[in-house]
Amino acid sequence: MEFTKGIKDGLPIALGYVPVAFAYAVGAVDRGFPLWFPILISASNFTGTGQFAGTNLIAAGASLAVLFATMLVINIRYALMSLSLSQKMEGFPLWQRAVIAFGVTDENFAVAIRRPQKLTFPYLMGLMSCSFCGWVGGTVLGAALAAILSSLLTGSAAAYYQLAMSAFNIALYAMFVAIVIPAAREERSVLLLVALSVAASCVFYFVPALQALPDGLEIVICSIVCTVAVSLLFPRKEEGTDKQEETPGAEKAEGAPGAEKAEEAKGEPGAEGGKQ
Amino acid sequence: MNIASMLVGAAVMFAVTYLCKGLTLLCFRKNIKNTFVKSFLYYLPYSVLAVMVFPVILFSTSSIWSGIAGTAVALLLAYFRKGLLVVALSSIATVFVVELAIMLLG
Repeated sequence: MEFTKGIKDGLPIALGYVPVAFAYAVGAVDRGFPLWFPILISASNFTGTGQFAGTNLIAAGASLAVLFATMLVINIRYALMSLSLSQKMEGFPLWQRAVIAFGVTDENFAVAIRRPQKLTFPYLMGLMSCSFCGWVGGTVLGAALAAILSSLLTGSAAAYYQLAMSAFNIALYAMFVAIVIPAAREERSVLLLVALSVAASCVFYFVPALQALPDGLEIVICSIVCTVAVSLLFPRKEEGTDKQEETPGAEKAEGAPGAEKAEEAKGEPGAEGGKQ
Repeated sequence: MNIASMLVGAAVMFAVTYLCKGLTLLCFRKNIKNTFVKSFLYYLPYSVLAVMVFPVILFSTSSIWSGIAGTAVALLLAYFRKGLLVVALSSIATVFVVELAIMLLG
């Protein structure tokens, strides 16, 4: 039952992963890697951004130290996601934690953490194995097709192929948008956090002096600074928040968190008024 | 780029990734009571995702115009609480159509 529920929740993630993993594998094969390499990486890492960056570094012949540091910077966010998840995983034996740790991805985390109930091992296994199949499946598909397509397609057909590849690149980002925007719509504190984070990210992206920083570092700096600021401004109550989401009234997602916010942060003018 | 460097690189990637994912899950068993830390952990993923998406999403495709169009569609559908898949596929389709138009018109 829980396993099936997990699979059901994992299905949209899996389908979203297919084109992304597909695009990753195509890129890796295009860089001269053999077919098995992106598949091995997808099956052993199960992470988007880190895989792209790591594969590019190996292709560029970067030193292992640079590879290590870059992967660490990009993936350190998982340590915080896992810490957050472990709060909802009371009573899990060590081996189950070791298995679940492998399946921590941005999307799996986002889905799991927003579950009002305590997490169970079958649920997480369903969720993570489902999305893992999408991730590895998409990689296999991309790696297998890339060699064939790139060698067969010429002229305008090749142009259409490039077009499709270009379009796939937006998939992962669009999924992130689909996670962040609804949450920002429901809570003003999240909205503020997202606005701050985007602003900070743009500074790092467009200010020339900051562009020399290694890729991934801006993620760590911006997110930690912005999250600390918002956590200090809008601390969340311990238990009340989770309960609130479970009550039937919470379906009217507008009311519940807003009312709570007003209680929490006095002097916030009209929680409802601010919500556009 | 030979087989050995690929395998060593793959091993490093796996080790670092699993280390990051597993360390806190395997070592921290106690519940966190501190309100600030709880708030921080609740908020952080939204910030990480926001930083990862913007402004890179605009430049993630081969033309800035298709990037803007794809982003706009994703924002609009996400605002109306459409699911991950609907948002992703609509965004991909938008980028494809815009780039097709640019290719055919240009």
